[in-house]
Parts: sequence; structure tokens; C-alpha cells
Amino acid sequence: SLQAVKTSHNELYVASCHLHIILIVFQLFINNQWQDAQSGKTFPTINPSTGEVICHVAEADKTDVDRAVKAARAAFRLGSPWRRMDASDRGLLLTRLADAIERDAGYLAELETLDNGKPYAISYCVDIPNVVKCLRYYAGWADKWEGKTIPIDGDYFCYTRHEPIGVCGQIIPWNFPLLMQAWKLGPALATGNTIVMKVAEQTPLTALYVANLIKEVGFPEGVVNILPGMGPSAGAAIAAHMDVDKLAFTGSTEVGHLIQQASGSSNLKKVTLELGGKSPNIILSDANMEEAVEQAHFALFFNQGQCCCAGSRTYVQADIYDEFVERSVERTKNRVTGDPFDLKTEHGPQIDDEQFKKILNYIDIGKKEGAKMLCGGKAASDKGYFIQPTVFGDVHDQMTIAREEIFGPVMQIMKFKTLEEVLERANDTKYGLAAAVFTKDIDKAHYLSSGLRAGTVWINCYDVFGAQAPFGGFKASGNGRELGEYGLDNYTEVKTVTIKVPQKNS
Amino acid sequence: IGTIPPPLSAPYLTQIFIDNEWHDSVSGKVFPVYDPATGEQICEVQEADKADVDKAVQAARRAFALGSPWRRMDASERGRLLAKLADLVERDSVYLATMESLDCGKPFLTTLFVDLQGTIKTLRYFAGYADKIHGTTIPMDGEYLTFTRHEPIGVCGQIIPWNFPLMMAAWKLGPALAAGNAVVLKPAEQTPLTCLYLGALVREAGFPPGVVNILPGFGPTAGSAIASHMGIDKVAFTGSTEVGKLIQEAAGRSNLKRVTLELGGKNPNIIFADADMDLAVEQAHQGVFFNAGQCCTAGSRIFVEEPIYEEFVRRSVERAKRRVLGSPSDPTTEQGPQISQEQQARVLELIQSGISEGATLECGGKAHGLKGFYVEPTVFSNVTDDMRIAKEEIFGPVQQIMKFKTLEEVIERANDTDYGLAAAVFTNDINKAMAISTAVQAGTVWINCYNALSTQCPFGGYKMSGNGRELGECGLKEYSEVKTITMRLLAKNS
Repeated sequence: SLQAVKTSHNELYVASCHLHIILIVFQLFINNQWQDAQSGKTFPTINPSTGEVICHVAEADKTDVDRAVKAARAAFRLGSPWRRMDASDRGLLLTRLADAIERDAGYLAELETLDNGKPYAISYCVDIPNVVKCLRYYAGWADKWEGKTIPIDGDYFCYTRHEPIGVCGQIIPWNFPLLMQAWKLGPALATGNTIVMKVAEQTPLTALYVANLIKEVGFPEGVVNILPGMGPSAGAAIAAHMDVDKLAFTGSTEVGHLIQQASGSSNLKKVTLELGGKSPNIILSDANMEEAVEQAHFALFFNQGQCCCAGSRTYVQADIYDEFVERSVERTKNRVTGDPFDLKTEHGPQIDDEQFKKILNYIDIGKKEGAKMLCGGKAASDKGYFIQPTVFGDVHDQMTIAREEIFGPVMQIMKFKTLEEVLERANDTKYGLAAAVFTKDIDKAHYLSSGLRAGTVWINCYDVFGAQAPFGGFKASGNGRELGEYGLDNYTEVKTVTIKVPQKNS
Repeated sequence: IGTIPPPLSAPYLTQIFIDNEWHDSVSGKVFPVYDPATGEQICEVQEADKADVDKAVQAARRAFALGSPWRRMDASERGRLLAKLADLVERDSVYLATMESLDCGKPFLTTLFVDLQGTIKTLRYFAGYADKIHGTTIPMDGEYLTFTRHEPIGVCGQIIPWNFPLMMAAWKLGPALAAGNAVVLKPAEQTPLTCLYLGALVREAGFPPGVVNILPGFGPTAGSAIASHMGIDKVAFTGSTEVGKLIQEAAGRSNLKRVTLELGGKNPNIIFADADMDLAVEQAHQGVFFNAGQCCTAGSRIFVEEPIYEEFVRRSVERAKRRVLGSPSDPTTEQGPQISQEQQARVLELIQSGISEGATLECGGKAHGLKGFYVEPTVFSNVTDDMRIAKEEIFGPVQQIMKFKTLEEVIERANDTDYGLAAAVFTNDINKAMAISTAVQAGTVWINCYNALSTQCPFGGYKMSGNGRELGECGLKEYSEVKTITMRLLAKNS
């Protein structure tokens, strides 16, 4: 039977699903082959809705990383099938991968929800389509990433080649497993690199299924290698590896520091980082109240609050503050928490026990430091890692919950008077990932968007992403940009070639 | 290769395609389409004239109106539709290759592996560009925020030739649709069939009605109506330089519509004594004889450095004598007929002028066979620059070989023409290669290769070989209007 499901953006119709999961991939993927970890070790992956083990997955360690890097290096050698391939054919392989994912969307969405806990309606209607769009977008770039010919002084002909960097380590998080995989695969493969990817230990399953599709559509062996494993072992091994040319990491700022240091103490591999945030969402008094409340709610609570760009500091102008808080609390009380496979569910479990405890601890600190807890605040169920959507009002900028990234369903609402004041307060953070402004006034919108130190500024909207639009952080939220044409820069080495000519002419 | 499926046969689409529907011509007139391998009629096709062009332009205008489905569509979705069209062409590639081979006289295998692949790849390339057409934000002086939008131009007229009908349609539709325009496309009267079939695929792919309109008809009527139309914003023409001039005049007389032209060529192919002789002979041969000589890029002036001239001529003649003429459906055929009786006659007339002006006819020189419009592969040596065969575009299987002494001399002679489409140089010496490729006035220069074309590379002419570039990122520019938007700010900050 069909049920209508409303997401934050639009109304969607999704068939109800039955859970038939046959797990087929739980090993390491190296050189287009499935293998156990050298050590034989495995680790469990948990269903966060129930706390139960789904299955055990091979656990990669340093020796496995070494094998994967060797495979990736061999696939990258001069004269290899991957290096000799027409750029347009690299694009065609990415297109075929997108098609295969689209074909298996139902299965992948179920598996994503099982492993991550996000509502199935969202996995199917948001995560998977954006995965497909991202891969198709980068498929189109493969044969369009052009160097230049350059009018250099002297009797020379000068041009640049945009070459792939080489073997790229990619470490991805658990909050959007498939989407984060696509954001990494797309630009790296379009530009001709080879990959050693470590997926998050909390959510390895969908990425491993995609590995099968990578082989099915015809990527040469060794081009993509996928290793499930832990950060301190497999992740650290990649970061410190002397034969990995570049590392892209998405995760916490805390680990980002370690990655950058590891690069310095190993081979100075190029590093790009997509880290945490404490993004300000600024609501001016002339904003459309209904839209602002709904968008601010979505900005914080989407994906159970587990977004790097969550709008976790909601600044509301004084004269609309009371009404805004009241409406936000009402909306939050109506947020439907439940089994993520129920199409009515808006809010699923947190990813694991560690996060669950951490978030409840932040809620305690918030209360202790004097913020006013207006709803929620407790575990929502005695099974799994569900937390009630929680709202704090009268939050002051120096409180812990106003400064530290909670990564959970906890909303902070603050009051402000003037534009100059809110701009200064919004920028008073080590982070700088995203920000938003709600207003009808063209001048105020431009004043704030120019002044906010954030990689993405949304005006009268939130969490609007496109494969075409670059995304990344100022300051401690990261280095470099992903997506868009800009995303290709991180995966390119520019080689300048200068040829002596008998007589230059313009 | 394995087994090649035998060519198929099926009924043809013969009506005018407007608003995703099939129409008879307003006048009721039809015109015949011929198989140039036999001279026999294939079928009759509706003949579009000014009244049909008016209908098509109205449909395209509606499709382009602000707020229309096409204007409101995500750029990435435009790309999806083009990718879908490419997939459909690939699905029906054997059928399309059969129809193209029948209508043009091209060898079937070449059509399947070159024309169809070129068509599919071009559509896929521009499909990938649709959501990558970037404007810029600009650090202007003063308290302003300035950015550009790259908007579609509007309704684009596109007039394509008969030498590569399907591929020329892809070269036109790809960038125009990726950039968001609506199109009125007139295929050549000799070769409308594959383009009309493309209309059916356009509809199947899901393009909104009126975005693509296809009007088979003649140049002086339908083509002229497009060039002069006050409701068409841009015309792109590929064909002869003679007609290119008329198009430019018509645009000037009517509404100053933007004009891009891909015209003729008399392309120099320069062979140095240090070149790889085998490679140079074969490439020079293919360079002039490919598609029965009916390429705007034909390497129809071959300049050979004196020390190797005799040997080069000898080998080229031997290769030309081996060139297999035959039926397009025979897999061993290298060369099919010329497109029409008119073209055949023109080629034979120019061959006669070569003989009467004193060039040495080494082989060929005559029509071939009783049926169809075949001309023997023909080689002239001892050609001097003032002969008609050295100056005029022959568009047939006739190879001219000239002698040269020095680098400076050959550059001057190569550039001594009103054309400037392509050129090539064969040499092992990097300095000679750089010198020639810099000095020669041609839109494309090949080094140690010929006719190496690919959808990523801009292609077009210097001088009277045309205006503007097709393919590559450059190709998109011709289909965009840049709008600069400048907004007052209270206080600019960098």
C-alpha cells in the first residue's frame, strides 16, 4: 500500500517496505576482490533502533591498508588501463555506477536505515537521489577539466596539464554513509585518481554494497579499494602512510587535528578536511515567521541533529523572540519519533551508545548552566538510542551548549537586538561551516551574508545542497571545498610544461 | 568485432516535427529523397517552407517563455534529458546507421562506428555540461555586488549539411539544449531521414513540446526563412562559404540575429622529409578521401618537402588505386558514392580543369559505374598553387600533391587562401611542429595525425571558413547571452 510522507522540502509518495535483508558483503574490498582482514579480526555493526548486532564485518588494520595502497598504486602506474583510459570513458563508468545505484535504490535505502537509523523515507527520497545526482554531476566533469595554454614571456610555448594526484586516502563518517561516499568517489574518479577508502565502523554496510557495483560496472581493479575498520588503527595507518599522496577526511574537528599532524610527520600528503560546526541561524524580525520556524526546526533536527552544518545556534531578534520560541517548542513536541521504517517517522535513533550518552550529558550541562529546557531532555525509548527532540531557550553565548558541537537533537535559541551585534556573536566561534539569515530585506541579507565567516550562507532557506555548489569550512570547520567545479581542485596536481620554440608569435 | 548484425529496414518518418507532433507541410508540397548508391528514390518527405518555419518559431517561442517547463527546469535535468537522448540513439544505432548509410551513401560500418559514436559522445558530452555553465561574481569598483548569469539566447535556428547529417544534428542540438535554448533545425534536403527519426527520440526522451522542432526543406525557401526571421535570435549554419555569406547578409538585413558559421576549407597538409612516411601517406590519403572527399576538413592541398616528393606521390597513387569503391552495405567498401548527381558533376568538372590546366593525372579521373553517383579516387601531382584544383573546394575524392622547399615558403603558401578551417603537419622535429602550428591560420592544426576530432575540442574556422567555434566549452559560449546584474550594497567588503 502507498503512504504519503511529508519531508521538510516537499510531499513525497513512498511504497511501504518489507524488510528482507540478505547481507552479502562484509569483507574488505581490495583489487576488485573480497577478502578477510589479514588478522582475521572482525567487528560488529549495530542496528541503532534496537541496539542489536546486525552482523560482523572484517576489520582492516595497518597490513590491510598496506595491501590496499599497493593495489591502488599499481592501478595508478603509467600505462595502466586506468591511466590510459579516455577521460570521457571515466565519466561513462561514473554514469553507469549512478545508474546501478538508482536501480538498487530500494535495497540500499533499507540497508542504510538499518545500519544508520535514519528514517527510510529520507534514505529513499533524499540520500539515494542525491548520491545518484552527485555521481552523475562528476561523470559530466571527467572530460571537461581543462588545463590552459599560457602567454608566457620569452620564446616558449607553455601549457598546464591537470593530472590526478595519485593514490587518495578517503575517510568518511557515519552520518550520511552513502552520500559521503559519493561526495568522495565522484571528484576523485572523475579526475583519474585511485582510492583507498575507510568507511565508518558504525556504518560500513552500504558502502561495501556499492563496492560490488563498482566492480559490476567495470572500474579496473585497484582503482577503488574499500576498507571497513577503526579510526585509530586503519584510519591512522592511512593518514601516516608514506605512499598515500592525498587524504580527504570528513569527521570531527578533534580528529581533523590528528590527520593534519599525521600528514606533517609522514610524507606531507595533501590534506582536505570537512569538520564540525556550530552554525548560526539568524532570524530577523521581518522574516516570514511560519517559514522561519519550520526551517529553523529542520536546520537543527534533520538527521537526528547529526549534521556538520546543523543550525545549532538560533539567534532570534528580540521583538519576535517569544513567539518564535513558543512556535518552535510546539513544532518540536509534534516531531514524530519512532521506528525509522515507519513512513510517518521524522526522528530516528542516534547512531550509537557513545553518541547517545554524550548528548544526554550535554543536556545535563545545559540545565546545570542555567539554560531553560522547554521540552524533551530524556531518552525516548528503553531500546535503541532514541533521544527526545529537546529545546533550550534563554541560552547565553558562553554556555557549553552554545559553544560545543552537540551533534544531537538539541536546539539552542538565543535573543539579539541589532545586526552588528548578532554578526559579531555569530562569528565568535572557532567554527565556520555554515550560516543562515531569514529576512525580507535585501540590504540586511547582503550585509549579513558578506560578514558571516562561513563557507555556506543560506538566505531564507537551510540545508540546501546541490552537487553543483561548493561546500566547506572557514577556520576550524575545515580546509578546501567539496562539490561543484571547485571540488575538482583538491584531486588535481597542476603540471606546467614549457617548450622552447624557435620564434614565439602571439 | 564478432558478427555484425545485418542492416535493418523499416518505414521512415517523413513529416515535419513541431511541438513534439508530426505535421504535413502547410503548402501540401513534398520532395523526393534519393539513395545515391543507385540513384533511386527512397521516399517522399514533407517540404517545409516559410509558413512552416513561422509555425515552428511560434512553438519554440512558447517553449521558451518565462515560466515555461523548459525555463523552469533544473539545469541538471536538461542534462538528464540529453543523456537520455544519447542512450536512445545508442539503443537504435544499428537502425540509424542503416538509414544514414542509405540516405548518404556512406559505408555502413563507418557510419556505425564513426558517425553514430560521434553523435552519441557529443550528446553525452553536452549532457554533462548543462549544470556546469557558470557565471561569475565580480569584484567591481564601488559599493556593488555584481554577478553574471549565462542565460540561453532564446530561439535558435540551425541549418545543417548533408555530409554528416546525424552528427551535425548532435553538434547543434547538444550545446543549444544544454544551455537551455529552443531550436528550429533544418536538415539538408538531400538527407532528412535520420534527423526526423531523431525527432521521435527527442519526444521519447521527454523534452517538452516546442523545445526541438525539425523542418526538412530547401535552402532558398525554408533556410532563407530561418535566416531572415524576425523571431529567431540566433542562426547556426554549417555548409558552403557561398551560402554562409547569404546567411550573414540576411541576419544583418533582418533583426541582427547572432550568427555562427562553419563553412568550407581548402586545408593544407604539410609533409616534411623527416616524417614517418608510412604514417604520412596513409593519413594524407584518409585525410582527403574520407567520406568520399565530402569533409569540410579535407586535406586537399598536400605540400610535400622536395626530397621525398617523388616517393610520396608514388606511394599515394598506389594507395589510391587500392581504395575500394562499392556498395555502402558491403563491409569491404571504403568509398561510397557522392551525395547527388549535381555534386558528382561538379567534381568531374573540377577534375577536367585540373587536366586542362596542366596538372598530372596520376590515377582515377572518371565517374565510376552505371548506377549511382560514384567518382574514382583521383590523384593529381605537379599541382601549382594557381590551378583551380588548388584553390577551389572540390568536395570530392580528388587529391592534390604539391612540392615545397622551405618552411617559410610553405607557411606562406599554406596561408595564401581565403579559407582557414584546418591544417596538418607531419614531422618528427618538435621545432618544425611548433613553428607550423603557430604560424598557420587555421582553427584546428593536427600534428602527425589528421581528422582527429573529438567532442571536447573546439572546432571552427579562421577567415572565410567561418565564425565561432563548435564543441568543447567554447561551443557553449555561442549559445549563451551574458547578463550582468549589479546590485547596490550599503557597504562593500572584500
